[in-house]
Amino acid sequence: MPRLPRLSAPALAFLRVLPVLGLLSLAGTRAEAGLFNPETFTLDNGMQVVVIPDHRAPVVVHMVWYRIGAADEQAGESGLAHFFEHLMFKGTEKIPPGEFSKIVAANGGRDNAFTSYDYTAYFQVIARDRLPLVMEMESDRMTNLRLNEKDVLTERDVVLAERRQRTDSTPQGQFGEQVRAALYLAHPYGRPVIGWQEEIERLNLADAMRFYRHYYAPNNAILIVAGDITAADLKPLAEKFYGAIPANPELRARPEPVEPPHRAARRVEASDPRVAVPSWQRLYIADSTGYGDRSRTAPLEFFSRILGGGSTGRLYRELVIERKLAVNAGAWYSGVDRGPGSLGIYATPAEGVDPAAMEAAIDKVIGDLLRDGPTAEEVERARTGLLAEAVYARDSLQTGARIFGNALAAGLTVEEVEAWPERVRAVTAETITAAGRATMRIEGSVTALLKPETRS
Amino acid sequence: MSRARPFVPAAASLLLAVFALAMMTGPVRAGDIVEVTSPGGIVAWLKREPSIPIIALSASWTGAGTASDPAGKEGRASLASRMFDEGAGELDSQAFQRRLEDLAVDLDLSAGRDELNLQLRTLTANADEAFRMAGMALSAPRFDAEPLERIRAGVLSAIAADSRDPNAIAGDLFMARVFAGDAYGRPADGTAESVAGLTAADLRAFAGERLARDNLLVGVVGDITPEALGPLLDTAFAGLPAKARIDEAVTAPVAEGPLVAVESFDSPQTVFVFGIRGIPRDDPDFNAARVMNHILGGGGFTSMLTEEIREQRGLTYGVYSYLRPLDRGGLWLGGMSTANARAGEAWQVLRDTMRRYLQDGPDEKRLAEAKANINGAFPLSLTSNRAIAGLLVTLQREKLGMDYVERRPDLINAVTMEDVRRVARRLLDPDRLLLVAVGKPEGLPAATQ
Repeated sequence: MPRLPRLSAPALAFLRVLPVLGLLSLAGTRAEAGLFNPETFTLDNGMQVVVIPDHRAPVVVHMVWYRIGAADEQAGESGLAHFFEHLMFKGTEKIPPGEFSKIVAANGGRDNAFTSYDYTAYFQVIARDRLPLVMEMESDRMTNLRLNEKDVLTERDVVLAERRQRTDSTPQGQFGEQVRAALYLAHPYGRPVIGWQEEIERLNLADAMRFYRHYYAPNNAILIVAGDITAADLKPLAEKFYGAIPANPELRARPEPVEPPHRAARRVEASDPRVAVPSWQRLYIADSTGYGDRSRTAPLEFFSRILGGGSTGRLYRELVIERKLAVNAGAWYSGVDRGPGSLGIYATPAEGVDPAAMEAAIDKVIGDLLRDGPTAEEVERARTGLLAEAVYARDSLQTGARIFGNALAAGLTVEEVEAWPERVRAVTAETITAAGRATMRIEGSVTALLKPETRS
Repeated sequence: MSRARPFVPAAASLLLAVFALAMMTGPVRAGDIVEVTSPGGIVAWLKREPSIPIIALSASWTGAGTASDPAGKEGRASLASRMFDEGAGELDSQAFQRRLEDLAVDLDLSAGRDELNLQLRTLTANADEAFRMAGMALSAPRFDAEPLERIRAGVLSAIAADSRDPNAIAGDLFMARVFAGDAYGRPADGTAESVAGLTAADLRAFAGERLARDNLLVGVVGDITPEALGPLLDTAFAGLPAKARIDEAVTAPVAEGPLVAVESFDSPQTVFVFGIRGIPRDDPDFNAARVMNHILGGGGFTSMLTEEIREQRGLTYGVYSYLRPLDRGGLWLGGMSTANARAGEAWQVLRDTMRRYLQDGPDEKRLAEAKANINGAFPLSLTSNRAIAGLLVTLQREKLGMDYVERRPDLINAVTMEDVRRVARRLLDPDRLLLVAVGKPEGLPAATQ
C-alpha cells in the first residue's frame, strides 16, 4: 500500500540491492521480453558484449555482470559473493577507497551493484559522454582491487547491518529463508543470498582475495550497455578498456549442483509476536530455463498468471471475491535460473478464517485447473498481458539491460531472449495444463504458515 | 593494466567543465513540449515519442490527497483511490478488470498527501479504449458493495500488519508528532476505526467534490499527435465537474524539538526517523537547500552522513535525508536503522556530523561535486515515457515552465558556498531535531516527550 512517509523508499534508491527473490524478481528481471534488437560481439579475451540501443535520451546504462553468484559459493561460506560485491567499492591503486561512487556522482551519474544466486552485477547510469570514464573505472577494479584488513572488517559490519535490516528485523524475512531452505533439499538455492549470519561473521580478507582472483576475469564477465550508443561506437571502447585485461586461463567451469527427487510434502510453521496477520504460502520446485525441461517455462508463465495473476486470476476470484476466505491471493513463477526454479502461491486469510479451510479451498482451485485446463479466454488474456509486457519493457533502459544480464548469466543466449514473443505465441491450453501437472506435485512443495504468537 | 593517470583530479576538473554543455542536449527541451487544449477545454502538456508504440499519461488533482480527509474519515482518499477501477459504468468489478487486461492497459490511482494521482499506460493501438476506460472510472465509478467490502478488508489487514512494522510505526509516529493537530499528522491510510466507518456515500462525496476539471493537471508522453490527443482528453476527463470544492490552504504548524520519543519494539535493531521544519517549494532558497541536503545526506554513497555513519563506522546499512515540501509546509527528514546496542553512538555521530557541517560548511570540492551530481542525475531520471509524463505534471503544478529542464542546471550552478551555509543555518539545528526511535535502543538520552 502506498503510505507516507514510507521512509525507507528514498533509501532504497541508493542501497546496494540484493534482488528480492519471489514476487519482485518477476516484475524486475523477467528475462523474456524480446523486441530489443540488441547487437552483440565477443572480445578476444572471452568477454561477451551486448548493446541495446535506445536513442530517446543522451544517457547510457553500463553494466558488468560476473558469472558468479551465491549458488557458486562453497559450503560454509554463504554470503561471500554478496560480501565481495560490497568490497568492490573499496578502491584500487588509482581510485582511493570510497571514491568510486563519488567520482561517478561528481560526473552526474549514479552507480550500484546487486548479487543473486547466478550472478553479481555492477552498474552505472550516466550521460553518454561519460561512458569512457566509467568503463575505465569498472575495468580497473576487475583486477586491480586493493583490500586491507580494516576495510574488510568494517564492510563486514555493514553487511551484518544489512542482514539485520532486511532479514532479522522482520518475521517475514526470517521466515522466508527458512521456507527456502526447506524447499531445496541439496541445491545451494536453498541458502540466503546474503548468507547465514554465523557464516558471514567468519568471512575474511583471505577468502575475499581468493574469490576475487579466480572469478573476476573478463572470460567470466558480460558487458551490457543500453542507451544512446551503437555497437560500432562501443566496440573500440570495449577493446581499449576491457580487451586489455588477460583472461584467467584457470577459470573452472561453474559447478552444476543437482537437486535430488522430492518425495515428501513439507510443512513449515512459525509464530512471532511481531506478526499481526497470518500469511500462508506454498512453494513448488519448478523447471527453469537452465534446469529440467526448458520447454515448460513459457507455459508456466501462463499457468501462474491464470492461477494467480492480479484480480482476475482464479485464486483471487474464488478465495477473495466469491468465498471471502482471504483478503489477498495470487501466484508467481521464477524460472530464469541456472538451477531449479520455483512457483509460488500466497494468500492472507480473512479475519476469523481458519488457514486450513483456506488451504483446502486453494487446493480445490489448483485441482480444478489441473483437471480441466484453462479456458480459451484465460489463455488469450495471459498471452495479451505477456506480449504487452514485452513492449512496455522497452520503456526503461535498465529493464532491458537487466533482462539480458540475468538471462545470459542463467545460460540463455541473446537469440533465445529475443525469441520470447514467439515462444509466448506458441503456448496452448494443452502445454499449459501439461506444465502445470508436471509442476504442481504436493511432494515437490513446501507449505508455510507464519502466524501471530498465540498467548496461552 | 598500469595506466598511471590519476583519476580524481581529471574527473573533478575537466569533466565537470564539460558537463554543463552535455546538459544542453537533455531529454526534455521546451521545444519538445506542446500544450494541447481539447475541444472540451482540457489542457495537457504533450511530448511526442514515436520510437515505442506506447502512450503514458499522468494526471493529478490538487487538493485531493489524504490530507483532504475530513476528521473522523481518515483513509477516505486512500480507499477511494483503490475503488475507481473496481467497476464503472455498465461494467462490474470483474468485467472492468478483465477489460483492462484484455486491452493490456495499466490504470493506477494513488493518493499522495496533497493530491490524487492517476497513471495510464496503453499500447498506441488501444489508445481509444484505454482513455474510455479511464473516463468511465473517473466519471462513473460504481463503488459497489462487494468490491468496497473486499478492498476495505485488504486495507484493514494492511493497517494491522503495519501496526507491527517498525518502519511504518516510526513513520506514522514521526508525522503525528511533527504535525500534531494538523491533517498532515494523521495516518494517510486511516485507522482501523475510521476505515471501518467509510461508506460508498463518502467515496462518492470525495469523487464529486475533489476530482474536477479546474484542479486537474495532465502530462502525456508517447506515440501520439496533438490532434489525436485532444479528443481523447475529452473522453477521459470531460465528464468531470467543472469546479472542485477544495479547502483553503492554511500553513500547517510544525512542532519544534528537541524531542526524543522511543517506542519500545522487540527487534535486534532500532529504526530512526528524524527531522525538522523544511522549506516550501517556492522559497527562493529551495535550490540552495537542495544542494545543502545533497551534501549532508541526500547524495547516497557520497553523502557526509553515509561516510561518517556507514563507511567509517559500519553503524548502519543506509542513512539518508531529504527535503519533503508539502503544499501547506515542508520538512527536512532523515532515517536509518542501527543495531540496538549502537543506537546512542549513531545518534551522537548524526548530530556531530550536522554540527561540523554547520560550523565548517562543505569544502569547494564537495560543493562542486554535489552540483554536478544533482544536475547529472536529473536527466538520468527522465529516460522513460512514464517518468517524463510525471515530470510534465510536476512542471505545471510547481509553475516551473516548459523550459525548466534546460534552465535547471543554471539554477543549481548558481548556488554559492555562502548560500549553502546560510540555508544550513536556517534549517539545520541539531539541538532542535525531532527523533522517533522504534526498537530497544541503548544509549539514547532520556526520552523528552
